[in-house]
This record gives sequence, structure tokens and C-alpha cells, in this order.
Amino acid sequence: MEMQKLYLLVPLAPLVGALIAGLFCRVLPRWIAHTVTSGGVAIALIASCLIFKDVMAGNTYNGPVYQWLTSGDYRFEVGFLIDQLTVTMMLVVTSVSLMVHIYTIGYMQDDPGYNRFFSYIALFTFSMLMLVMSNNFMQLFFGWEAVGLVSYLLIGFWYTRPTAIFANLKAFLVNRVGDFGFILGIGLVLAHFGTLDYVAVFAKAPALAASTTLPLFGEGPGVALMTAICILLFIGAMGKSAQVPLHVWLPDSMEGPTPISALIHAATMVTAGIFMVARMSPLFELSDTALSFVIVIGAITALFMGFLGIIQNDIKRVVAYSTLSQLGYMTVALGASAYSVAIFHLMTHAFFKALLFLGAGSVIIGMHHDQDIRNMGGLRKYMPITWLTSLIGSLALIGTPFFAGFYSKDSIIEAVALSHIPGAGFAYFAVMAGVFVTAFYSFRMYFLVFHGPERFGKPAHHDPHAAHAKPAQPAAHADHSAHGHDDLHADDTHAEHHGLAPGQKPHETPWVVTLPLIMLAIPSVIIGYIGVGPMLFGDYFKSAIFVNAEAHPVMEELAHHFHGAFAMATHAATSPVFWLAFLGVALAWFLYLKRPDIPEAIKARSGFLYTLLDNKYYFDKFNEVFFAGGARLLGRGLWKGGDAGLIDGIIVNGATHLVGWFATLARLFQTGHIYHYAFTMIIGVFVLMTLWVTRA
Amino acid sequence: MSGTPLLSLAIWVPILAGFVVLATGSDRNAPLARMLSLIGALAGLLVTLPLYTGFDLQTAAMQFVEFKSWIPRFNVNYHLGVDGISMPFVILNSFITVTVVLAGWQVIGNKVAQYNAGFLIMSGLLNGIFSALDGVLFYVFFEASLIPLYLIIGVWGGPNRVYAAFKFFLFTLFGSLLFLIALLYLFVTSGGSFSILDWQQMPIGLSAQTWLFLAFLVAFAVKVPMWPVHTWLPDAHVEAPTGGSIVLAAIALKLGAYGFLRFSLPIAPDASHELSGLVIGLSLIAIIYIGFVALVQDDMKKLVAYSSIAHMGFVTLGFFMFSAMGVEGALVQMISHGFVSGAMFFSIGVMYDRAHSRQIADYGGVVNTMPKFAAFFMLFAMANAGLPATSGFVGEFMVILAAVDHSFWVAFAAASTMIVGAAYTLWMYKRVVFGAVANHHVAELTDINAREFLIFVLFAVGALGMGLYPQPFTEVMHSSVNELLRHVALSKIQ
Repeated sequence: MEMQKLYLLVPLAPLVGALIAGLFCRVLPRWIAHTVTSGGVAIALIASCLIFKDVMAGNTYNGPVYQWLTSGDYRFEVGFLIDQLTVTMMLVVTSVSLMVHIYTIGYMQDDPGYNRFFSYIALFTFSMLMLVMSNNFMQLFFGWEAVGLVSYLLIGFWYTRPTAIFANLKAFLVNRVGDFGFILGIGLVLAHFGTLDYVAVFAKAPALAASTTLPLFGEGPGVALMTAICILLFIGAMGKSAQVPLHVWLPDSMEGPTPISALIHAATMVTAGIFMVARMSPLFELSDTALSFVIVIGAITALFMGFLGIIQNDIKRVVAYSTLSQLGYMTVALGASAYSVAIFHLMTHAFFKALLFLGAGSVIIGMHHDQDIRNMGGLRKYMPITWLTSLIGSLALIGTPFFAGFYSKDSIIEAVALSHIPGAGFAYFAVMAGVFVTAFYSFRMYFLVFHGPERFGKPAHHDPHAAHAKPAQPAAHADHSAHGHDDLHADDTHAEHHGLAPGQKPHETPWVVTLPLIMLAIPSVIIGYIGVGPMLFGDYFKSAIFVNAEAHPVMEELAHHFHGAFAMATHAATSPVFWLAFLGVALAWFLYLKRPDIPEAIKARSGFLYTLLDNKYYFDKFNEVFFAGGARLLGRGLWKGGDAGLIDGIIVNGATHLVGWFATLARLFQTGHIYHYAFTMIIGVFVLMTLWVTRA
Repeated sequence: MSGTPLLSLAIWVPILAGFVVLATGSDRNAPLARMLSLIGALAGLLVTLPLYTGFDLQTAAMQFVEFKSWIPRFNVNYHLGVDGISMPFVILNSFITVTVVLAGWQVIGNKVAQYNAGFLIMSGLLNGIFSALDGVLFYVFFEASLIPLYLIIGVWGGPNRVYAAFKFFLFTLFGSLLFLIALLYLFVTSGGSFSILDWQQMPIGLSAQTWLFLAFLVAFAVKVPMWPVHTWLPDAHVEAPTGGSIVLAAIALKLGAYGFLRFSLPIAPDASHELSGLVIGLSLIAIIYIGFVALVQDDMKKLVAYSSIAHMGFVTLGFFMFSAMGVEGALVQMISHGFVSGAMFFSIGVMYDRAHSRQIADYGGVVNTMPKFAAFFMLFAMANAGLPATSGFVGEFMVILAAVDHSFWVAFAAASTMIVGAAYTLWMYKRVVFGAVANHHVAELTDINAREFLIFVLFAVGALGMGLYPQPFTEVMHSSVNELLRHVALSKIQ
């Protein structure tokens, strides 16, 4: 009983904070707004820690909070499932969220929407907690859409910016495409299992999977039920976790303030899809087809989104593409049945990627809201804490031995190597190549920002075209890079000035900003070392994650190679993974610090490839023309052609015209002359008599 | 359940109040007329509340039944009663009347007494429709309710109001004629009964059922409205004053859907099964086709009107899958649509009262000058797009889940509204509310006042309350819906 109240406290504390800050956002003083929301999240974090201890002691929970709806034989409840997987997510969400709350106090201090922002991020924390703590698909969908709503509100936080309100609409709609699949998957679960409760569904799944196929495509063998359900659910995950081709919204989501890029679009919300698939492991284990689908999508995302990170010049967009790529890694791990590895990488990634984003935000403050890494350089002198913590984040990201990212990423690569699912070969290639790419773009950014000559404070800065367009650059690129920058100027509610004035130097940020960086840097170093043993090879997850060890023995085989966290790191030097990462860093150093003329030359020569990357493989163009344009064209066609033309024009107005025509005809008989009427009458009598006679 | 004739009160209190308001006469007494209207509307709402609190969840039979002989010669009776299907709509209608009176408070300055009286009388007539158990009584209420709405559009409407009022009247009258013929046929074949409950029990051959079903279909499809007899609705909405649009969307559209449950399904169950494919097809066209049409509207009211048609497509889809979740989901969707579309039309009215335009292109950046309004409008836009925790989600969710059980591809088509519905609603919201201040009209907008705030709160309580905890709404339906489905599953052919 006592614990159940604690479970309830976890989501409700941030909700109360969000409601207070949100409903009274126009009258509350700022310190109250940030205190109630941060306080609520802090309470949630403390409660999560207590629950963690309790769960580790073996007390899991599954039960309803209230009955939401009953209909026919179906019951829908709001309830909690508290197990090892849930509590891991709860800790990640609340701790990163708390760091972001503290950071926001500094980052948003000049913003008129201060209270509103705190209300949103606390509301997000509530929604995300409801999502991970759910014990049924209905509530999962609730949380799923609620985090989407808050993401929508936060991407469009600076609502006067045209790019921001374009990006948030795009994010919502692309996510809805995923949700479209997701809800159909949920529908299939309900239709065949008769319940949406996780535990009940998982218990029935093996029996149903063996026998049920869906005749979806007319005659033929039909589609296995589990394959259909899992792929539909995974389409939902593709939207939320930004997998190709539903990834297009995530880079644009960088229009939102940086704290939410860290919290929502890196650490927590975008990993909801990964969490969901891990939660559904008892279902996914029953369909190799679905797992193959998952691994191939993940591999494409991991590699091809990494490439895009190489050519980005906006500091946040580099990190955004790295997030996409890392989400691809997690998805690959799911496809290889290494669910615990995916969750492990989700956790380490949450810390080091939140760190990288908040570090980027700190740089952005230091640079007075200039986000172009070509205008930076040598910042380590001026922002030592940001520099060191960002270095730690980057090292963790590329998988340096002993850092958090090493343990999780290396385990993913190992797991894929051992997997025999169709598509695993391609995935192995993709994740290996991805290591090099990740190291390269991460350290390209790192070197350009923190090392090398100081490029800020140039007088020409306020003419973006002149400042950005290097001599050999194609014209199209100059336009593109200026794009993000000009949009900032369109925003008048936010920072008044952008970039450093000539002669001005960057400055280190206040402690509310640097403290979260330090707090996140700690787990970015140690959490992998601590976690790898119990989470991957111990029985940390117990029954929360199910793997069919006979069909997919990846984790068991992986365990044979594991001889402790220390040995794993020291053996890394003998593996190609380490050397690929090293090569990436070395190349970045050579190209961007040693010989900065070479990248320009490459850019100028590889015209087609560069244009392809610069246009992000033309996904956006295609969507804009085909889907958005097509929908408008179709709508206009149906409206003008169908409604106005056919129904109103021909049928409705046609009917009135017909009546009118008939009336005109009838009017001819109403002449007013008696002899006309008499004549008509005689004719009529004659006709009637004829009829009567012939009948008789 | 003492002897209080609650349903008669629900019908006659507002009508009587309407006549009292009418008696205040010219606009010199406008403040008095407003106050009396509000009192009448509140009294009307108050007398309907015992219908919920005193409702027996266990029985599917009609409750609060009243029976008096009216025209003995033709066996026409004043026979009232509600079950779990109709009762929520009596309360919803009385609730909407309160909001409508409030919505016109400062806005309507011309013929105030007549305007408010029109709504009060209509409110009583609409309650009559939902509680009538006699065919003639139903028909009288059904037709009589057209008149106030026709007058409200025709007198207080926009520049093209006469065309719109005629189109509205002719469309619905055309449907009603077939309905009347069906009623007379039933009267004759039942051996002289106008009782709807008798008709439901009476055996009818398949071909007669089919003809009856088609007559009902035309009558109710016009009201719902279903594709392709929907084109009157956008015109009527565009010309109607805000209050007229609210009642039209929140209640009048529900009459057709209610007719399906009260007449088509139970009187012609075999034909309903036989022709369910037709109705499902038309519903899916409404959902998809109309969704795309809504996307390209330039007029906000037209956009919401088209979105209403798409949402009503879910209602008819839910009915004709013959599952408890489908029917209850459809009923939930009807109630939810009452809150959400009412609030959407009110939001547009709030902007129209200030800037005198409904064109999306005339706005932009409204949030800068009307932040409180923008927050409420966001809530209802999200509800319109079916976001969980709002009422808009519950019905769509239930109908989609029921559809998966019925046929995967039907569900697939219906679920497309997740994307299209969000697209047309939020795209409009983006163009109207977000962005920098677009022009001096927007710059001069003033935020909502206390009265408008109150109305928004009323709608918000409905939309959020139903989204967070729909159980109280659905538990009253269970017995009646289960009984209806049991009845529809039995063949009437002998």
C-alpha cells in the first residue's frame, strides 16, 4: 500500500508543478515557477530511487489505478507496471529531467516565456513517466501522444519564428504517421487477445502466434499475426524514435530551445520507441520477420544519418544527427534480440547526449546565440568547464574504452556480429562503419568549437552570406547555411543580438548551467563500467525482458566473451572497433586542425555527393512535394470537383433547375384562356375513355 | 423516481421560458431578456440532471416513462421515455443551450428576445426528439426543431443567409418526407400503432425492411450529414451566427445519428446487416474525402464544418459494425463532438466578433495579442485532432479498435484520420494563431473577457473530463447498447 502511493507520487509531483506553473504562468513570479516544477521533478527522482531499491529487493508491481472505460467485454484501465525495466527508465527520465530543469533556470533567464517553459517541461516529465510506468497499451498510447503534444508545444516555443512553427507542425504530423501504425497494432492486439494488459497479452502470445495468420492481402497464406502486430507497433516506434523514413522531424526539432533538445529530442522522448520495443520483447521474439525489419531500419538510420552529421555547421544539428544515428544503433540492438543492450545504450546515451546538448547550449550562450561552428574555435580557453564536459561527452559518444558509451556501443556491435537474423550482415557493416563516422563528425565539431584559431567576433559577422560562404563553396550551400541564421533574426522575443560583437570574447556560463554539465559528466564516465556487468550479463532485468534463447542466443554467446568490465575495456585495443574510432578522431584532427584547406577542396570536388548530403537525401523535398502538395491537390480536387462541381453543381442545382424547367413547361398550360382549358379537358377525357375502352 | 414528469419538464421548461422571453418584446428590454434566458436555460439544465443521478444502470428498458393519450382516433400518444442511448443527449442539449445563451450575451444586439427565445424553444424541441417514443410525436418535434434553426440562420445570419437557410431547409425537408412515408407505412402494417417500441418488435419481411431502411437512410443521412448529402452543412455554418453553429454542430447533427439507433437498426435489423457495407463505405468516404476537403478550406468555419462531417463519419461507422465498442464509441464520439465542435465554433466566433473575418488568411500571430484565447483554442484544436486525454480521442480510439475487429482495412482507412485530422486542424491553428502579428487587425485584438473565459471553461471541463475519465459517460450506455445489439442480431423475417 505504502509503495503504491509512492508510485502515484512519481508522475503526479511533476504534474502538480506543471499545473501550477502553467495555469498561473502570467501572475507567478519566476522563482515560484521554477521551484514548483523542479521541486516536483526532484520529488519524483527521490521517489524513483526509493522504488529502485524496492524493485532491486525483488518487489515488482502490476495493478490498476482507476478504470478508465469499459465497453462490451473490454476493460481499459490506467495502471502501473513497476519492474526492473520501468524503474531504469524512471531513473533516467527523472534524473535527466531534473538536470535540465536546473539548467533551464540559467538558459532561459531572459525569455518572456520562462514560466510557460517550466510548465511544459514538467508536463513532459509527467507524460513520459506515465508512458514508461504503464501496464497496458492504452495508457502507453496516452503517454505516447502526450509527449508528442509537449514536444509540439516546445519545438514551437518561440512561436513567432516561421521555422519553429513549421518544424513543430511537421514533427506532430510525422509522428502521427507513426501513431497511425501504432494504433492499428494496438487494435490487432485487442482484437486477438481481448485485452490490452501487458502481462495478459504476453502470456497468451506464444499460443496465438503459433496458429494465427491474418488474410490481409486476399488469398494466400496470409500474414502471421505476430509479424503484423510487431511491424505496426514498430512503425509507431519509427515515428517517435525517428527511424528512416520517419526521421525527418528530428533535425528540424532543433528549432526548440536547447534544454528541450537535450531532454526530449535526445535523452528521453525519442527513446520511447526503443523502450516500447524492449517492453514488447515477448511479442517481437515471436516474429523473425519483424526483427529483421527492425534491424534493417535501424542499420540504415545508424549509418546514413551519421553521414549527414559530417556536413552540418549548426552545432545543434550535428548533435541531432548524431542522436539519429545512435537511435539507429539502439534499434539495431533490438533487432538482434539484444534488448537489454538497447536499453543499456539508451541509458548511457541519455546521459552523454544530454550532456553534449547542454554543452552545446552552454556554447550557444557563450557565443551569444550564434550556433554556427565555423564562427567558433579556441573556446576551451574561455569556457573551461563546458570544454571539459563536452570532451567527456564526445569521448563517451565515440566509444572510448572505460567511458559509458564504450560498453553499450561495443556490446551492440558484438551482439550484431553474433546475430543470425536476416539483415544482420548489413547491420554489422553499418554499425562498424558508423563507428568511424561517429568519431569523425563528433571530433570535427569538437575541434572546430574548442580548438584551433578563434574565428568569432569578426566584423563581417552580421552579413551571413559573406561570412559563411567560403570562396570555393557552391552558392546553394551559402543560402542553406545562412538559412538557420537568418531565422534567428526573425525571432524578436528571444535574444536580441546574435553572435559576438567584434572584439567581444565568449564567457563561461553561470553555475546553474555548468552544474548540470558536471552532474551529467559523471554518469557519462562511470555508468557503463558499473552497469555493463549486471545489466547485460547479470540478471538485472529478470523477467522484464524476454529473449527466446533458443532461437536468438545472442546474449548467451555474448556472455561467454565477457570477463568483467575492466577486461572488456583493456581488450578493446585489439578490436577493429577501437581503431575505427581512433581513425575517425585522427582524420578529424588532420582535416580540421592541421589542414583545413582539404575539406574545402573535397567539398568543391565531390559535387553530387555533397549536394545529396546537403539536401539530406531529398527526403524533405519529396515529402513536401509528394505528400504535402499531393494532399492539398487532392483536397482541392475533391472540393472543387466533387462537392462544388458534382454534388452541388450537377445534382443539387441540377434538381432545382429541373424543377424550374418543369415549372416553365407547366406554365405554358396556364394561359388564362377558357378555350385552352376546355380543349385540354376534352383531350383528357378522350384519352381516359380510350384507356377505359381498351382495358375492357 | 418519484412521480415527477422529468422529461416533460426537460421539454416544456425551456419552451415556456422561451415564450416568457419573447414576451419581453423589443430591444429596450434586452438586458431583462438576456437574464431571463439565462435563468430559463439554467432551469432547463437543472431539471435534466436528475435523469443522470436517478438513472438505473441495470435495465435496458425505457426509464422516466410518461404516457398520455393524445389523438386517440389514430392511436397517437404523448409517450416519452429515455434509455442509456438518448439520456446523455438530453443533458448535453440542455448544457449546450446554456453556453449558447452566454455566447450571444454581448454579441447579439438585434432582436435579443427573439434570438434567445428561438434557442430556448429549440432546446425544448430537441429534448422532445430524444425522448419521444411515439412516431408522430417524434416527427412533430423533428420537424418543429427545424423552424427555430431556420429562423436563426435566416434572421441573424451572414450576408448569404437566405440561400443557406433555404438550402438547409430543403435538404432536411426532402429527407423528412421519405421519413414520413416510412412512418405511415409502419402505422399501417403494425395494425394501427405509432409506438416506436411496437415497431421495433414487429416482424417485417426483408424487402419491406430494405425500403424502410433506405427511407430512413435518406432522412438521417441528410441530418448527420453523410456524404454525398452533406453540402448544405458548410453553407449553413458559414452563414449561421455563432450560437446557431454551436447548436447545429453540437446537437442538430446528432439527430440523424440518433435516428439510426432508434429506427434503422431496431426496426429493420436484417436490412441493416444487409446494407451495412453501404453505410460503412459512405462513412469511410466521409472520413477520408471530407478530411482532404477540410485541409484546403480558406474559411475557418467551413473547415470546422467539414471536420464535423468527417467526425460524424466515425459515428455512422461505429454503428454499423454491430459491436458494443463500436456503438458505444460512436455515442461517445457524438457527445464529445458536442463539446469539441461547439468549442471550435465558439473560438471562431470569438475571433469573428473582434476582427469580422473568418478567413484564415486574415489572421496570423493571434497568440501575441490573445494568449489566453490561444491556450483554449489549442486545447480544442488538439481535441479536434483526437489527442488522448481529450474527449476527441475516446470515441475515435474505440471506433478504430472496433473496426480492427471488424475488418483490418476498414480500420486502416478510418485511422487515416489520425494524420489528416491533425493536419487540417493544426495547420489552421498554425496559420491563425502562431507566427508574428500579421496585420493591424490582429494587433488590435483584445483577449477574451470573463464571460468568454467562462464559456471556454465549461467546454474545457466537458472535453477534458470526458477524455480523462469516460467511464461515467459510457456506463449509462452499457445496458441499452447491449440490448440493442442483442435485438439487432435477431432476424425479423418470418
